[in-house]
Amino acid sequence: MSHDIGFWTLQALNALQLSMLLFLLSIGLTVIFGLMHFVNLAHGSLYALGAYFAASLAAVGGYWMGFFLAPVAVAGVGMLLYTGLIKRMRKSGPMAQVLVTFGLIFAMLDLTRIFWGDLALAIEVPALLEGRLAFLGVEYPTYRLFVIALGALILGALAFVLGRTQIGAMIRAGVDNDAMAACLGINVERLFFIVFCVGCALAGLAGAVAAPLLSVTPDMGLQILIPTLIVIVIGGLGSLKGAIAGSLIYGVVQTFGAVLAPQLASVLIYALLAAVLVIRPVGLFPAKG
Amino acid sequence: MKRAILAALGLATGLAVPATAQDIKVGLLLPFSGVYAALGNDIEAGFTTALEQFGSETPATFEIIREDTEVKPPVALGKAKKLILQDKVDVMAGIVSSGVLGAVRDMVHGAGVPLIVANAGNDEATGAACSPYITRMSFSNGQVNRPMGQWMYDQGIRKVYTLAPDYAAGRQMIDGFAQTFTAAGGEIVGQEFTPFQKTQDFGPYLAQAKSSGAEAVFVFYAGGEAISFVKQYDSFGLKADLPLYGSGFLTSPLYVNAEGPAAEGVITALHYVPTIDSPANAQFVAAFTAKTGRVPSEFAVHGYDAGRALIEAVKAGATDRESLANALRLVSFEGPRGALSIDPATNNIIQPIYVYETVAGADGMTQKVLAQLPAEADPVNGCEMAAPVSN
Repeated sequence: MSHDIGFWTLQALNALQLSMLLFLLSIGLTVIFGLMHFVNLAHGSLYALGAYFAASLAAVGGYWMGFFLAPVAVAGVGMLLYTGLIKRMRKSGPMAQVLVTFGLIFAMLDLTRIFWGDLALAIEVPALLEGRLAFLGVEYPTYRLFVIALGALILGALAFVLGRTQIGAMIRAGVDNDAMAACLGINVERLFFIVFCVGCALAGLAGAVAAPLLSVTPDMGLQILIPTLIVIVIGGLGSLKGAIAGSLIYGVVQTFGAVLAPQLASVLIYALLAAVLVIRPVGLFPAKG
Repeated sequence: MKRAILAALGLATGLAVPATAQDIKVGLLLPFSGVYAALGNDIEAGFTTALEQFGSETPATFEIIREDTEVKPPVALGKAKKLILQDKVDVMAGIVSSGVLGAVRDMVHGAGVPLIVANAGNDEATGAACSPYITRMSFSNGQVNRPMGQWMYDQGIRKVYTLAPDYAAGRQMIDGFAQTFTAAGGEIVGQEFTPFQKTQDFGPYLAQAKSSGAEAVFVFYAGGEAISFVKQYDSFGLKADLPLYGSGFLTSPLYVNAEGPAAEGVITALHYVPTIDSPANAQFVAAFTAKTGRVPSEFAVHGYDAGRALIEAVKAGATDRESLANALRLVSFEGPRGALSIDPATNNIIQPIYVYETVAGADGMTQKVLAQLPAEADPVNGCEMAAPVSN
């Protein structure tokens, strides 16, 4: 096999594309955990829900309608979840939270099956992003470049909001020490609510973006959950830096693992996970506090 | 007097009914939830279509008891026990996953209950693990792909790159193809097995295939993975230079419309496509579409032919578990797939294989049959059992 420079560029882009998709998912989960100390295992289900909403909306009003409205719809579901369930679970230790959100995965799985059926759905790539772009000497699907760009954009926006704005400072304060933040007059409860909804919207966005790339199946939320958790454990809980680092590491290991050591492809990332847990149990870039 | 005659008549008919018409209890063991629920539903719809269509050919009545395997071997084993011991079924049909088949095999074999396999394609099940009580009306993994090796070689293709998920079915499908393709003189220039149900992004593998120097790619994927794969293959623009071939499950009618135009031009081999031009198939497609509103898939035809086989066995005079098991091994009929029979050496079905191209049709994607390859019995593969008793 001849592996020229174009081959490696292609694989690097593949790695980047996978990383960005995972980043969209893990950032919501990690900030929710960092801020609220709440493990929401149903985050993957929200991603699946985003994909289903996008598929239904795209069938009515085209891809972009799904792209913009699916995150809003998922944030709406997140709001319901928060007020109905998660608010009550805040004070009951992590074990109960894990069990409840784990149960939620299966409830949501069956709900998607009841509403949308067992057959896989699909969304067409919008005309604007169809085809391929010649790029660094390789031809790469435009839609995948769009995913990379979108991930970078969200990363930039979040870095700006968290690092440079007042609400970002409040969120960071809440992550570091929520009791102290509350004493300083920050309405931590409302902050939690906003962050939770934004996290859900990002999961929905990830689902909507992934839908044309993959197929929309009821179990897609379960499939993505483990990679997302791996990203968070490697990157460290609660930080933007951790989420992006974890995503990039996952994307690179998964992609180049599949190329260089295909027999080990599925094991490599777990080996890395174990190594991180042994050497740095808090992850590479945990939030302070 | 009149009353006495009426009473006698009533008594006579009352006695006559159980004497001529027997009731056959059928246990349908299918996944109605979990990843294969869509397959389970199609098989059940096919099975009931067959009973409605051919049930009148025999005075026997069929009582169906459905059980959900949830695609979990331990659950399925429990349900099989319930069907055999509690419901005392005369015959069982179904089984989508080969894992589930492996789990219930010993139970079924030990209890001597005939089982009509309506999907699970593991070669072993009609090989080393065969049983005179287990008759397969669906396919075996090797059977579907073996004829494709010679066919692709005959099309002038010499170098092929293969891809499939890393589990038993994926390996058997690819092995079946690779065997005959290399025997014909072709060369497998690269082969990769992707982590089963963990691979969402095929990009890395597609770049590998592209740089392998192959003239074509042969793959097996099913369900959600098939949709992702076909769409990603197309989005990388590989179809033009590196045509995509595969096992026909890749572009099954069940999800080809989700793949959309990305599936256009993909050439695969399978034992059934809904566009086979024959009266038996036309009748089946019409009945199934009227019932469900969808075009039948290969899974639907498994259910349909399983139901038909059961009726044929009852027509041949089978009444209980033992005689049904024997009669099922002797059935042969002209179905939607063509002439079907059971190989007495392995209890696997013998059926023609169709090479088809996915093309754009008036409403959605459809299948254009390119060739019908002759039916071949599977190699015996370590199966040892007595031949069925013909009467």
